[in-house]
Amino acid sequence: MAAEPKLTLKDFKSDQEVRWCPGCGDYAILAAVQAFMPELGIPRENIVFISGIGCAARFPYYMQTYGMHSIHGRAPAIATGLAVSRPDLSVWVVTGDGDALSIGGNHLIHALRRNVDVKILMFNNRIYGLTKGQYSPTSGQGKVTGSTPMGSVDYPFNPLALALGAGATFVARALDIDKPGLTNVLRRAAAHEGAAFVEVFQNCNIYNDGEFDYIREDKEARTYLEQGAEFASTGITHDESDFATAFALAQLTWEKDGAIPLGVFRDVQRDSYDELVQAQLRNAKGDGDLQALVGSGDTWTIS
Amino acid sequence: MAKPVVELESVVIRFAGDSGDGMQLTGGRFTSETALSGNDLATFPDFPAEIRAPAGSLPGVSGFQLHFADHDILTPGDRPDVLVAMNPAALKTNLRDLPKGATLILDTDAFTDRNLKKAGYESNPLEDGSLEDYQLHAVPLTSLTVGALKEIEGVTAREAERAKNMFALGLMSWLYGRETESTTTFISTKFAKRPEIAAANLKAFNTGYHFGETSEAFAVQYEVKPAKLPPGRYRQITGNTALSYGLIAASKLSGLDLFLGAYPITPASSILEELARHKAFGVRTFQAEDEIAAVGAALGASFGGGLGVTTSAGPGVVLKSETVGLGVTLELPLVIIDVQRAGPSTGMPTKPEQADLLMVLFGRNGESPVPVLAASTPGDCFFAAIEAARIALTYRTPVYLLSDAYLANGTEPWLIPDIGTLEPIHVEFAEASGAEFLPYKRDPETLARPWAIPGTPGLEHRIGGLEKQNETGNVAYDPENHDLMTQLRAQKVAGISVPDQPVDHQEGADVLVLSWGGTYGPVHAGVRRVRSSGGKVAHAHLRWLSPFPANLGDVLRSYDKVLVPEMNSGQLLQLIRARYLVDAVGYNRVTGKPFKAGEIADAIQTAGASDGG
Repeated sequence: MAAEPKLTLKDFKSDQEVRWCPGCGDYAILAAVQAFMPELGIPRENIVFISGIGCAARFPYYMQTYGMHSIHGRAPAIATGLAVSRPDLSVWVVTGDGDALSIGGNHLIHALRRNVDVKILMFNNRIYGLTKGQYSPTSGQGKVTGSTPMGSVDYPFNPLALALGAGATFVARALDIDKPGLTNVLRRAAAHEGAAFVEVFQNCNIYNDGEFDYIREDKEARTYLEQGAEFASTGITHDESDFATAFALAQLTWEKDGAIPLGVFRDVQRDSYDELVQAQLRNAKGDGDLQALVGSGDTWTIS
Repeated sequence: MAKPVVELESVVIRFAGDSGDGMQLTGGRFTSETALSGNDLATFPDFPAEIRAPAGSLPGVSGFQLHFADHDILTPGDRPDVLVAMNPAALKTNLRDLPKGATLILDTDAFTDRNLKKAGYESNPLEDGSLEDYQLHAVPLTSLTVGALKEIEGVTAREAERAKNMFALGLMSWLYGRETESTTTFISTKFAKRPEIAAANLKAFNTGYHFGETSEAFAVQYEVKPAKLPPGRYRQITGNTALSYGLIAASKLSGLDLFLGAYPITPASSILEELARHKAFGVRTFQAEDEIAAVGAALGASFGGGLGVTTSAGPGVVLKSETVGLGVTLELPLVIIDVQRAGPSTGMPTKPEQADLLMVLFGRNGESPVPVLAASTPGDCFFAAIEAARIALTYRTPVYLLSDAYLANGTEPWLIPDIGTLEPIHVEFAEASGAEFLPYKRDPETLARPWAIPGTPGLEHRIGGLEKQNETGNVAYDPENHDLMTQLRAQKVAGISVPDQPVDHQEGADVLVLSWGGTYGPVHAGVRRVRSSGGKVAHAHLRWLSPFPANLGDVLRSYDKVLVPEMNSGQLLQLIRARYLVDAVGYNRVTGKPFKAGEIADAIQTAGASDGG
């Protein structure tokens, strides 16, 4: 069989006009993902992007792969059905902080605990963008928005700690405009067998501009996790296989600690849900004789 | 010495006791024996939602009703001829259903002061003469059982007591001359790992049987001759088992893997459990985190080229609505099964009702047409499931299949279908042709769009919940396009090929009874009853609720009066009055119990069935 021609970034651009606001962090993420895709070595027809609702959820329209823009919060559930029934596919979920952690929180934690082989990219801009600027489950307390004129009294989720707590086998963080860092995380997520959860800090320049400026504006301030090395004079030596280490690292904030980790927090091996399902199908006893099935149990004949 | 045998045409027996007394098992075994004796039968298990309600209490009573006959029958019977009551609470909750002269078999050991008080009896009905209108058999079931099991080693007093349901089964088996071998085998198999328990139950069963033979309390034995049913091989089947088999059959007939997304809910859970046992048929069952994930995963499987199915009951189906709407606009196959139960809200989880019809037709945002069909009998659930899948796959649309708690758990003899005679379901996935791929370019016949599944080179495309441009499927806000797409989606469903409505017409009838779903048995039994007393009445039973059969308007207009009996407040009634401008009247009851043939016959008489004179 002749070798397939190598795909390039261009091959992953769909013919649809990208309609995010000018200056949105989503553009950089889209470009990084499209640039990374050829590296997977997977034909485009075997790649599927599934999203829910929100700004981030428009992502599949711009990818020249199979895609579904579904309903709010439900992408992990739909992706689970697809991944379990089609283990031959590479299934990606693109979601946002509201989609994944608020309306779809239940599906996210269950997809992670089951370890379904889907790669979940959560664009976290800490705001509801598409509905014009209400606070999100990752907005900080005191956040003044359209729905919180006196400041939000909601205590925010820590997405990585949540994912770890849900039993995720792969947890990582990247920054929208940090192409090398983001690409590295995508590479590791793709290579992981099982569910991968990636939080991408993403700037919403319309409703929450500057949220991540401390590392967006200052490249030097970006600090990366390195297996076996101490992280930023915190006394924490990184170990991707150790839950307590990952959990401790997930607590670090720029405001409190002066450094926030980027990269892979946790990467451990556990049988994926889809593989366990396939194994049960392979090992099932019986010959699939439908006539025998409908005629099973006590029977009698009337002549 | 053999006792005299009295021949009967049909018998209705109800077993009743505490939820923990094993009444469902007893009823199920008696049903199997009866099936093997060649009678036609219908059953109605009626149990509380609580797994073990407080012992001896009125809400904790669990019942199992069985109707068997030497001719073909349609219902579990209106009123029991025989009640086996294991305690005062079971007597109290069931006595009102019995006609005078009915047979009562009571466990006298359970009629203690404490149990009488729990059941709200001020005096002991065994002694106060309140049961004198009935043929009372007061049998110390518990002490006879415990006494008989004394010699079996390793059986505790409590275990011995628990075998009393087998004593009762043995006694009833003798009384009606049932075949007993299947129960003997059943007990040995069920308790294979605990031989002493198997021995105890066998002993209890046989002791009950011999008690009937020898006790002077039972003067005669009864016989119900085998029924003359169409020839062939039979088994008994519940609606949920038949439905599960139907889904597997649809998978075979279409060549697509079956994917079931489900969340446990009464009375649908047994479909999930049944299908989980059949992985050898390539069936994937996914017990989801919630109802929404269950239908979402099913839709994901359909997107991937599988047969995506989700099962639930009303409170779960309502949660799935948004995803069903997505399925409508994505135009992907999806089968949603609603095993209806009494509502609103949690309602009465184990009791049947037909009140979800308007919800599945209209309970979504926007113009969101979905085909709806309903199963009519337990065995029909098999064929209804195949039909639902066939329409979903052919027209690329979500399809609602309605069953209910009565069909789900009720049993009937089922002529085992010949799989080879079932019509294959033709499914074709799109392939790249070199031309531009148009995901919403429709088949001119069915208006179905191409099903292009991931993994197909050259057909990469995106679909979503936003309105789509006709043919290209690209996101579109164009006003005329939205109007067009709305019409196309409606036309596709309206154009589904549904067989013409058959009518069981009777010459001279000017009343038509129009029913749908799980009421077929009692409604048709009511029709027969009217006819047998000389009345003239026609009957049409709908399988398709959306779209309606094309001839339905003509059918309705060809009768002076149309009576629509429903276990809701008049949902189909409203639909046909609005659609066909027919002045139909309803017979509407929501008691959580199936209709009785008698009340349907009365309703037909009231509606004015001509007396044939």
